[in-house]
Amino acid sequence: MSNEKGRILKISVLKYNPQVKEDKPKIVTYELEEAPGMTLFIALNEIRQHQDNSLKFDFVCRAGICGSCSMLINGKPGLACRALTSKMDADITLAPLPVFELIGDLSVFTGKWMSGMNDRLETWIHEKEEEEKACSCDTIEETMDPDLSDEIYELDRCIECGCCVAGCGTIVMRENFVGAVGLNKIARYAIDPRDKREDADYYDLIGDEDGIFGCMSLMGCEDVCPKDLPLQSKIAYMRRKMVAMKDK
Amino acid sequence: MKITYTDVLVVGGGLAGLRAATGVKERGHDCILLTLVPPKRSHSAAAQGGMQASLGNSIKGEGDNEDVHFEDTVKGSDWGCDQKVARIFTNTAPKAIRQLAQWGVPWTRVRRGDREVVINAKKVTITEKDEAHGLINARDFGGTKKWRTCYTSDGTGHSMLFAMDNKAHEDKIEVRERMEAMAIIHENGRCYGAVARNLMTGELVAYIAKSTIIATGGYGRIYKVSTNAVICQGMGQAIALETGVATLGNMEAIQFHPTAIVPVGILTTEGCRGDGGLLTDVDGYRFMPDYEPEKKELASRDVVSRRMVEHMRKGKGVKSRYGDHLWLDITILGREHIEKNLREVKEICESFLGIDPAVDPIPVRPTQHYSMGGIRTDYRGESQTMKGLFSCGEAACWDMHGFNRLGGNSVAETVVSGMLVAEYVSDYCESKDSDIDLHISVIESFLNKEKEKLNFLIKPKEKAEDAYELRAKMEDIMMDDVGIFRNGEDLQKAVTELEELLVRSKNIVVKCKTLTANPELFNAYRTQRMLKLALCVALGALQRTESRGAHSREDYPERNDKDFLNRTITTWKNENDTLPTISYEEINIDEMELPPGFRGYGKDMTITNPKSEKRQNEVDKIKEKLEDEGKDRFEIQEALMPFRDMLPDVYQGKNERLYEKFTKDVK
Ligand SMILES: Cc1cc2nc3c(=O)[nH]c(=O)nc-3n(C[C@H](O)[C@H](O)[C@H](O)COP(=O)(O)OP(=O)(O)OC[C@H]3O[C@@H](n4cnc5c(N)ncnc54)[C@H](O)[C@@H]3O)c2cc1C
Ligand code: SF4
Ligand code: SF4
Ligand code: FES
Repeated sequence: MSNEKGRILKISVLKYNPQVKEDKPKIVTYELEEAPGMTLFIALNEIRQHQDNSLKFDFVCRAGICGSCSMLINGKPGLACRALTSKMDADITLAPLPVFELIGDLSVFTGKWMSGMNDRLETWIHEKEEEEKACSCDTIEETMDPDLSDEIYELDRCIECGCCVAGCGTIVMRENFVGAVGLNKIARYAIDPRDKREDADYYDLIGDEDGIFGCMSLMGCEDVCPKDLPLQSKIAYMRRKMVAMKDK
Repeated sequence: MKITYTDVLVVGGGLAGLRAATGVKERGHDCILLTLVPPKRSHSAAAQGGMQASLGNSIKGEGDNEDVHFEDTVKGSDWGCDQKVARIFTNTAPKAIRQLAQWGVPWTRVRRGDREVVINAKKVTITEKDEAHGLINARDFGGTKKWRTCYTSDGTGHSMLFAMDNKAHEDKIEVRERMEAMAIIHENGRCYGAVARNLMTGELVAYIAKSTIIATGGYGRIYKVSTNAVICQGMGQAIALETGVATLGNMEAIQFHPTAIVPVGILTTEGCRGDGGLLTDVDGYRFMPDYEPEKKELASRDVVSRRMVEHMRKGKGVKSRYGDHLWLDITILGREHIEKNLREVKEICESFLGIDPAVDPIPVRPTQHYSMGGIRTDYRGESQTMKGLFSCGEAACWDMHGFNRLGGNSVAETVVSGMLVAEYVSDYCESKDSDIDLHISVIESFLNKEKEKLNFLIKPKEKAEDAYELRAKMEDIMMDDVGIFRNGEDLQKAVTELEELLVRSKNIVVKCKTLTANPELFNAYRTQRMLKLALCVALGALQRTESRGAHSREDYPERNDKDFLNRTITTWKNENDTLPTISYEEINIDEMELPPGFRGYGKDMTITNPKSEKRQNEVDKIKEKLEDEGKDRFEIQEALMPFRDMLPDVYQGKNERLYEKFTKDVK
């Protein structure tokens, strides 16, 4: 195995701590030697450990599963833990995801935004009142078509990373826009027979400019979704449904 | 001074914490949930493989029921578990999964007709029955007699966690994100809540509650390479330990997963082998059948991990700059199967290794994976030594895993223990015992103590220590000396070195001085606490001079039922102690439904306890007699080890299956 020296990476980070009154946003550049298999997770932790103890960022699973580490990587939203440095130029710029509340440096409060969106769109199974009460968990579960459950899972794979929100043109103009993430959630419940809501109910949630009619179908979202969700076709699906409602 | 009152304080927003929170809320109790990260980002999301529940829908699961699941779990634990708890668990798992199905988890379903699967490196066609079509499917996992591991493609934990968090939204659970529990507030053996720190602003808040549930997950990150998320640092166990009153159980019981990728330690699910993937060595040779002719790649995790290390020690590993490894070969499953059922694995291979698992083998080696040990509780989830302190999920030692847990039994445990503990906690909250009579000065003193500790960390000191350095040393020691194979000499060395590190950690100085959002600061106090946990693990391992489940001593290869059929109980008596205090809790053979026997791997090296045979005779006699009398399996079980009355009323019912229906209720 080779012991050759790796490239010298220059990682420029937009640093700012809004908690500290005097602090102003600034770009700080760190240099470090690249190691085989290095990801931005490894690189940023090394920087924090050896060069800048105060550097703030969020990693949890470090495996591309939990959606914590989204940031602007060379200007494009993406998961930092999955970004192999070997696939990038030696000059890398990192900035926090826009739109979301900044905690400090690369750490943003996506959780708060997502939680608000979930509350607003009521992203849970709405059972019929009477069903809800009966605990029927001793009896055999209801069947579901195997293809349908696969299809639901396909949309359920969203990890609420916020990349689609950060990559969306509408959000810049309409701060209450639910984003592709929100529209996808409604699409997910709309195909789930366990959710007893009807199109009219979904219309109440997304039938306006902050919902489906705010989306300009520019598809910035699908390009950046790290889970490759079929956002384009699902947004189109919901739009057709909601247009039909509007015309009713 | 900021104080918030509630009925139930839940610490942890993973599957266990969320399920407990919704449970108490539905019983009408107020509840606040603290978590380091948004609940949906908890480590539970990473479980890819599946959840064990004996539904028996798939043809390969036919005949499965609680009894078979119970037996697998007890054997898997190497008889270290609490058998009543294992019964409670296997009884409730089917209910939990059906409930989750109602709440929206898109479980993968059975499809009628022929399906090609890979069993023992051969393609086999199995035929699913018509009547099973659309019911919840299951796959094969290590250490199980039946295909029992239910799954959603390869995102089981993710979809379970999302469904649970969505349910928590529906139930309007008050979630406080980025709030870290720092200390348990207690007096006279009773828990009254916790001091928490806001990780964004640094504010300290006292949460006062009738009961507190710790559901903070495992402590894998005391090891250098772990499949666990970076936040799995055992802080729940640590703050319980620091009370000096609450106890931890079986801390040395650490599971290593056979197939994490090299070097970063990200897991490839057991589903890879369950679905037919093979382990091969430097020569491309499939070696597991030589060691475990019967179960092969699907022997219990602890067994497969040890066999892999043994094989590498014979020089059959693949050399790399990160040390030796072996190959996990799933190419035999075919691209279609991989892209549909093992997609997460494919993504991981592409993103972190730059390989295509449909073409290339995956470099893997055994890696720290699961913490069997945790806060010692009774079957109700309550600490045995501190009233009002409850725990569930991976954070707890309840104890259904003993010295080795089966794949798929953990996410099942999180929801099952969450739903049960919620009931017991609610009962407690509704009793007079839970009244709070606590002087405000006590709360104040706990808050002040945390404040002082933080101030002390940023204060300059003469022999300043660096927390990152101490932590890296600890991680190395755990990896090298408290790993898969252990021996007295290395363990003694580990204990001595860890003790030194703990002493040095008192002089940690945090260079970045802000008490608000400050990653260096939290790393500092967590390092101090992780060192204590590491000592519990190392000392427990040193003193347990036998091999049981995942705890494997080269110098004591026998499982010793005579002296060690017990649970390790650890406390930290005084704040200034530099070592934990260890005692043992006996496991009573006379009450066992399944007396200790041979687990069926390698050769039998058990030092038997004379009581085992006696109990086995008793069990055989009772069984024979009742079978002759025509009693059903429930009546026979009841006669051997009654447990149903321990369950909350709502969960006492019998589970229906395709071929097992009940006309009337058990109760
Ligand atoms: C990669 C991987 C794959 C796995 N696959 C499977 C599988 O297929 N099947 C299976 O059964 N099991 C699997 N497991 C195990 C299983 O996922 C975990 O044991 C289980 O999810 C733990 O859930 P939990 O709710 O107990 O804890 P976690 O999900 O770890 O949640 C812990 C929570 O506690 C919070 N927390 C921690 N400390 C504090 C503190 N001090 N203050 C406030 N909050 C705190 C965290 O924010 C988090 O919300 C897997 C594990 C790993 C590592
Ligand atoms: S299509 Fe464009 S406007 Fe619509 S959600 Fe996606 S990025 Fe936003
Ligand atoms: S839809 Fe994709 S980009 Fe948007 S939050 Fe979900 S996973 Fe992230
Ligand atoms: S840390 Fe979980 S997705 Fe990057």
